[in-house]
Amino acid sequence: MNAILFVEQTLNGLQFGVTLFLMAAGLTLVFGIMNMVNLAHGAMYMVGAYLAVAATQWTGSYLAGVLLALVGTLLVGVVTEVVALRTLYERDHLDQVLATFGLILFFNELVAIIWGRAALFSDLPQALSGHIELVTNLRYPVYRLMIIIVGLLVALLLWYVVTRTRLGMLIRAGASNRTMVSALGINIRLLYTIVFGFGAALAGLAGVMAGPIYAVQPGMGELILIQVFVVIVIGGIGSIRGALAGAIIVGMVDTMGRAFLKPALGALISPTAAEAAGPALASMLIYLLMAVVLALRPEGLFPARGH
Amino acid sequence: MVRNPVRLFSAALLATSLVAAPAFGADTVKIGFITTLSGPAGIIGKDMRQSVELALEHLGGKMGGIPVEVIFGDDQFKPDVGKQVADEMLKKHKVDFVSGIIWSNVMLAVAPTVTAAGTMMIGTNAGPHQLAGEMCSERFFTTSWQNDSTPEAMGQHLQDLGLNDVYLIAPNYAAGKDMLTGFKRKFKGRIAAEVYTKLGQQDYQAELSQLRAKNPKAVFVFLPGGMGIQFLKQYSQAGLRGQYPLYSVYTVDELSLPAVRHAALGQFETRYWSPDLDNAANKKYVGDYKKKYGKLPSFYGAQSYDGMMLIDSAVRAVKGNLKDQKGMIAAMRKANYASTRGKYSYNVNHFPIQNYYLLKAVAGPGGAGDVPVMQIQKAVFKAHKDSYYTKCKMKW
Amino acid sequence: MRARLVLLIVGIAFLALAPLVATAFDQLFYIDLLRRVMIFAIAALSLNLILGYGGMVSFGHAAYLGIGGYAVAILAHHGIHNGFLQLGVAVGASALVALVIGAISIRTSGIYFIMITLAFTQMLYFLGISLDAYGGDDGLRLAARSDLGGLVDLGNSTAFYYLVFAVMIAFLYLIHRIVNSRFGMVIRASNSNEARTRAIGFSPYPYRLAAFVIAGAMCGVAGYLFVNHTAYLTPDFMHWTRSGEIMFMVILGGIGTSVGPILGAFVLLLLEDLLSGMTGFVGQHWQLFIGLFLVLVVLFAKRGLAGLLPGAQRND
Repeated sequence: MNAILFVEQTLNGLQFGVTLFLMAAGLTLVFGIMNMVNLAHGAMYMVGAYLAVAATQWTGSYLAGVLLALVGTLLVGVVTEVVALRTLYERDHLDQVLATFGLILFFNELVAIIWGRAALFSDLPQALSGHIELVTNLRYPVYRLMIIIVGLLVALLLWYVVTRTRLGMLIRAGASNRTMVSALGINIRLLYTIVFGFGAALAGLAGVMAGPIYAVQPGMGELILIQVFVVIVIGGIGSIRGALAGAIIVGMVDTMGRAFLKPALGALISPTAAEAAGPALASMLIYLLMAVVLALRPEGLFPARGH
Repeated sequence: MVRNPVRLFSAALLATSLVAAPAFGADTVKIGFITTLSGPAGIIGKDMRQSVELALEHLGGKMGGIPVEVIFGDDQFKPDVGKQVADEMLKKHKVDFVSGIIWSNVMLAVAPTVTAAGTMMIGTNAGPHQLAGEMCSERFFTTSWQNDSTPEAMGQHLQDLGLNDVYLIAPNYAAGKDMLTGFKRKFKGRIAAEVYTKLGQQDYQAELSQLRAKNPKAVFVFLPGGMGIQFLKQYSQAGLRGQYPLYSVYTVDELSLPAVRHAALGQFETRYWSPDLDNAANKKYVGDYKKKYGKLPSFYGAQSYDGMMLIDSAVRAVKGNLKDQKGMIAAMRKANYASTRGKYSYNVNHFPIQNYYLLKAVAGPGGAGDVPVMQIQKAVFKAHKDSYYTKCKMKW
Repeated sequence: MRARLVLLIVGIAFLALAPLVATAFDQLFYIDLLRRVMIFAIAALSLNLILGYGGMVSFGHAAYLGIGGYAVAILAHHGIHNGFLQLGVAVGASALVALVIGAISIRTSGIYFIMITLAFTQMLYFLGISLDAYGGDDGLRLAARSDLGGLVDLGNSTAFYYLVFAVMIAFLYLIHRIVNSRFGMVIRASNSNEARTRAIGFSPYPYRLAAFVIAGAMCGVAGYLFVNHTAYLTPDFMHWTRSGEIMFMVILGGIGTSVGPILGAFVLLLLEDLLSGMTGFVGQHWQLFIGLFLVLVVLFAKRGLAGLLPGAQRND
């Protein structure tokens, strides 16, 4: 029984981890390549979730809704980049933080104006709403398994794009030496816009998949944003590999902490003390982890090259 | 009628506003209504605001023949901002009553500020135990409840059912602990586990896995707002809905039901009020609210509507003489108005002595695909008194 | 520079006279409002010392606001109302926590520094939430404001106002002196070029750490004043958005300028108060406009609001 529970919690941690990874991938690319701190990344997650609900309702098909939402988030990302963020690449990180925080407020209110402040209804597609018996006594929701699979596929795809394609080569080159890439006649501005839109679409995908299990409401992006920053900082900024590792570590630590910290503490100290300290410590665990990682490795676990 | 004067900030504008500040006599009843209007929780504030506006409409914009002016303030869900807005209501707008407040911590910052300034405070949601007990004040009334009473009703219900092995979940903060304490005050059966989750947590899959491993007989949760929406969806998606009956307080209401829909079907809640409560005042309130805003009101709205009606009863009793605070307090203590919950009375601490009902989420009038509605099953408590009034030293 | 000086004097004179005007017109609310703004200005000033001059972007500065507040509230909860003792504990505790956080954080730089300071403050925030004995998330009500003997009666709105005003002016001057001292030179130099600072024989680490501790202690004073202002304390004092707000005041006003943080605190908080009090669409969606305002300031006022003041170009 305990082994089954442990496997189930591992799957839960993995599922949380890949959701974080989808968010972290875009954020870390934008940071690593454009040297840009984008707090508004959480807003793209929210936009994705809202567009998916709206488009699913409009088309009546879940799949069409998801595709439209992805395209829509990509467009919103591209427009945001062209209108507001493009001029910020050369600026101080502080200016970027201030401007993108402004964008968070802007998008949250915009969503509230269009769809209202109440949480929207969004449901699982019929085909994915069941359970699957992985091994005896371990039934796991199909939808959550699908999230794990999609997340891992995206990781694989990203690895392929970055290491094996011309676009990936440009991305890597742009990260380490932007003047050189421009000198070679590459349109660096277009490259940046593509990367940003791509990152926004990935955040949108995370939002689309989160919609049916979480509450679709204004401000939903900020709840996850801080955790995503923790992920990319632990993993090492600018590194896709680091983002994946960081996401899985944070997902696992957080899930396992919530599940097993209190009983584990109870065995060490008195059960009443564990009752009080367990939940508090579980909430702090990922921040504690980040502080320890940074104290030992100030550049994160997998620092990107060229920095 | 409902006005919200522009706040001015620069030096020059400050001076002009001071000169231009109109001197209101007793020719208006001024009420400062403070609630959360921005951010995700703004949805609750909106429901309260709309109910206040509906109450004014029903009153014809007058209380005891005097025109009413309500000034709305946004506390942004922060106690220090709530206090600042309260100061603004008292010192700038010079209101006769302050009302509203959703959150216990904002209430604990605001209520003593208002009553210490000699102004009456009519709370319309939060009922922290301090205000029901040692911090009670003759200038403070509430049209809602003491926080613990609702979970006490649920604890009583599960006790009456004779259940054992109940699994408890609440967020790890003061209200979460109070709710479980209230529940355990009446429920004496075995508790399978008591789990505290992170405040604002989104994913409950890990907790649900633990829950299934424990195999309890029933589950009791307190997860307000977005947390509740997420929990209910995930509970139903995990296939636990049919397996373990789910009981809750402040988790399912008319604001969250449209977002949760079928995942809430079969959910039990306890509450002092429900849209289907059968009395004339409630029918008028719910009917007109639905007509005006196109949806059902929540209990937050009903309390706010009652708050305005309670103030009206006091203003009428003193014939518009707002200086006669003693007279108004005496009038309010009678609760002599048509409340949406039906007739109730006030305890020594100015908290209602009222009924608490068991509610169940059932399919809406449009069938299975429609938004579910709450339906009263039975009264758990009749004329229930809160658990703190003995600590209140007030004498009538 | 003359125009700036005149503006500074006008501003100080305005703040010095504001309570008299407000009292004369029976609009005492403005005393409370300006007092709250000045308390945040003090917090922003302290952050500017490390952020503006030292280049240390602390995204966790609200931690000291909370620690200063908890020092007062916890002591008051146990019946100790001596304001001087409370102040000593508030400053001491803030400095100690800043020493621990700084000692670990200053080894990192850039975004890593931002995130590690955030991480520590998040830990303190969740610690505050789980402190059941001190109200947890509900917070603590201050039974009595700090007792400063016969010096200042904090229950008196105007007297308290002038205390906050005096602290703000004193800190403004103090930071001016620190920045222009030898110590301040090292801090500023380490910001612009760490390698060069090392080359001329200074290890910047102890200097940066000292500045970090001073800023923490100063913000602890802001926390001391803030809890006396609200007479109420919640872990919300340390919420990460609060750290963000303080940071935005500094950036908005103009980083590394002496009066910038004060300007930023005034504009941000008064604009918030103005917009949220409006009727109709603007009042209901005021955060939309605050958001746009922040974006526009960054895009068009590159050096913050202080950069728009006359004489700004020649400054540093």
